Amino acid sequence: MPGTQLHWLPDTVDWAEAVRHLEGSDANAWDAFVDLARHRLDFIKTAKLDKLVQNSFADTPPLALPSKPVRLAVLGSATVQHLLPGLRVGALRRNIWCSIYSGEYGQYRQDILDPRSRLSAFQPTCILLTLDARHLLGTVSRGIGTDDATDLVAQGVDDLRALWRRAKERFGCSVIQQTALPVFPTLLGNNEHHLSTAPRRLVERFNQRLREAADEENVDILALDLRAEEDGLDAWYDPVLWYRAKQEIALQASPFFGDLVGRLLAARQGRSSKCLVLDLDNTLWGGVIGDDGMSGIALGQGSALGEAFVGFQEYVQQLARRGIIIGVCSKNDHATAIEVFDSHPEMVLRRNDVASFVANWSDKPTNLRRIAEELNIGLDSMVFVDDNVFERNIVRRELPMVAVPELPEDPALFSRCLATAGYFEATSLTHEDFERTALYQTNAARASLLASTTDLDAYLHSLEMTLVYGPIDEPGMARVVQLINKTNQFNLTTKRYTEGDIRALHADGDAIALQFRLIDKFGDNGMIAVVIARPMTGTDQDILIDTWLMSCRVLGRGVEQATLNILAEQARQAGFKRIVGEYRPTPKNDLVKDHFHTLGFALLEARKDNSSLWSLQIDGFTPFTPAIELVRK
Amino acid sequence: MTKDEIRQSLTEVFREVFDNDALVLRDETNADDIEEWDSYMHINIVVATEMRFGIKFQTAEIEALRNVGEFVDLIYRKSQ
Repeated sequence: MPGTQLHWLPDTVDWAEAVRHLEGSDANAWDAFVDLARHRLDFIKTAKLDKLVQNSFADTPPLALPSKPVRLAVLGSATVQHLLPGLRVGALRRNIWCSIYSGEYGQYRQDILDPRSRLSAFQPTCILLTLDARHLLGTVSRGIGTDDATDLVAQGVDDLRALWRRAKERFGCSVIQQTALPVFPTLLGNNEHHLSTAPRRLVERFNQRLREAADEENVDILALDLRAEEDGLDAWYDPVLWYRAKQEIALQASPFFGDLVGRLLAARQGRSSKCLVLDLDNTLWGGVIGDDGMSGIALGQGSALGEAFVGFQEYVQQLARRGIIIGVCSKNDHATAIEVFDSHPEMVLRRNDVASFVANWSDKPTNLRRIAEELNIGLDSMVFVDDNVFERNIVRRELPMVAVPELPEDPALFSRCLATAGYFEATSLTHEDFERTALYQTNAARASLLASTTDLDAYLHSLEMTLVYGPIDEPGMARVVQLINKTNQFNLTTKRYTEGDIRALHADGDAIALQFRLIDKFGDNGMIAVVIARPMTGTDQDILIDTWLMSCRVLGRGVEQATLNILAEQARQAGFKRIVGEYRPTPKNDLVKDHFHTLGFALLEARKDNSSLWSLQIDGFTPFTPAIELVRK
Repeated sequence: MTKDEIRQSLTEVFREVFDNDALVLRDETNADDIEEWDSYMHINIVVATEMRFGIKFQTAEIEALRNVGEFVDLIYRKSQ
C-alpha cells in the first residue's frame, strides 16, 4: 500500500461525530485536534480538520505547547495551494502549531531576494522550497546529447545554494528543499543511463548533486524522489492534474506530503520518537511462547513466516544501532519470555539490545508507563508495536501520546510499515545516537552497582566521574539544540532555542553558554547538560541564568553541584557579583522546583504565576565538593 | 448504479468538498451557482469524485464538463 494512504494511522471511528464535537470549540480543544489529526485522513478530511483548527487558532498558537511554533513559508514554482492544509495538519499531528505563508506562483526568487517582499514581513522560521521538475530541468533537458547539460545541472544546484544562503542570512530560518520528482518518461528504457543527458537521468543527477549541496549548507532534504520510488510515481504524480492545474504533487498525496514535512519540522525541534517498544508473541516471532514453547514458535530459517520475523528483528536491530532505544512490553511470564532472547538460536535481538524488558500480566498502559519511568523518557517519545488490535486500542485510549501504528497482518510487511510511518525521522546524527544502546545498558549496570553499595557517597566515588565542560562549540551544537528542545523535566526555564539562536549568543560576547559532558568508569554519558547565563538588564553586577537543563539519566550524582561550581567561577572571573536563577514551572518540571533552594540560593522574588527568582552572592559562595573531577576543554 | 443514485452520491461528495451540508445539486447547477466553486475547488471535486466512484477522468472530459447533469452522465457512462 502506498504511503500516501497514511495506512499506519488508525481510521476515524466516527468522523462526523468527531467533527461535530469540535465545531465551534474553544482554545482548550487543541489536544482534541491533535488527536483527530492522528487518524487516517484523506485530503477532504484533512482540509476540513484544517478549517476547524484555523477557526480556533488562526493567528495565535495555544499556550503552553511543548513545541516551538513554526512560521513556514511554502515557496513553489507551480501550484502549492492544495498542499497547505496537509502541511498544517502534518505539524498538528506532531503537536506543533504552524502558520503558513504561501508565495505567488513562481515568485520564490523575488520572495527571498526582495527586502520588501511579503515574505520579509512574514518572518519565516522555516522555508520549504517545492520546485517542480520541469522548472528545475526543463531547460536543461533541451540539451539532449550535448555536454551543456552537465554544467547546467551544476549551475541549477549552485543557484539554489545561493538562494538557501540568502534565505538563512535574511531570516535566520531553516530551509527544506524538495528533490525533483522523476516525472519524465524514459528515452532508452532499461539502459537509460547510457544517455546521461536524458531528462530522467538528469533528475537523478540533479538530485544527487542537490543532496551534496544540502549537506554542505545544513539544508534538510524532502526526498520525494525516494517516496516516488517506494510508493510508485502514480501515487504522487498525475499528469492529468499537472496539465489541468499545474499540481505536480497530486491532490491525493497532499496529506502525506504534509506529514513528511511535519516529520522534518519535528526532527529539527528534537521531537521525533526515540523509543520503540515491542510486543513479543506474533510481533517478534510467530505463535505464543507460553503455549508453543521454544521449538513451536515460528522464527528463523525453514519457514517463510519464521524468516519474515527474522527480517523484522533485523530491522529493529538496525534501528537500535542508529540510536533508537528498544523496549519490550509483553504479557508473558518474565522467565519464559527472556529465555527466548537468551537461548533461541534464531533470535536476532538479544537481551542486551533491549534497554527495558517488561514481561508480566499487568495491562499494557501500566507497563508502558513503567518503561517510560525506567528509561527516563516521555511517553510522547514512544512508539508501541503490537499485532493485537485490542492492545493497540487500549493503549491509544489510555495513553493517547504514545504512537501506536496499525500493523499489517503479515509480518513480512512490518518493517516497511514502521519505516513509512517515519516515527524516527532524523535530520542529523550525533555521536550520542550511535552510543545510545550502550548508554542505556551501562545505566542498568550503574543501577545494579548502586543496589550493591549502600553508602551513596562511596558509590559516587566508585563511579570515577569526570565532567568535561566548555563553551558550546560547533561539534556539540546539534546535541545542545537537541537537549534544549527535548529536555522537559530537569529544565528550569524550558526555553527552546535553535542553532541560529545559539550562534547569536556567541556573537553577543557577554553571555556564558556552556556544555557539559559526563564520563564515568562505565563509559561516556555524552553531553548531558547545558547552561546559558547573560547579564541582567539594568545592572552590571548580576548575571541571570537563562537556561539550565540536564539529562535526567545523570540525576543524583552531584552534577548540579559541580555545574554551579563552574558557573560561579566563570561569573566571578567575568566580574559579576551575584548569580540570579529563575524557575518557571511547567507541567513537567516539578522535579526542579526546589533546585535553587537546594543549591543555597536565597529567594528573591516569588511571582503570582508560581515562577520565582533566586540569588546567590558569588563572594560568599563555598564551592561544593561533589565526587566529580572537572576538566575544562 | 442508476443516475439518481449517482446524483445522490455526487451530492455527498460536493457537500464534503464544499463543507456545506445544505448543498442541493440540480442537473443545471454549475460553477456560477456555488460561490466557492472556482478552478481550485473544481480540481478538488474532480479528484474526490474519482476516489468515490473508482473512475478516472480524461483531460478532455474534465474540460468539457459544464454542469452537474453532465457530470452525472459522464460518471454513469464511465462506471458502466
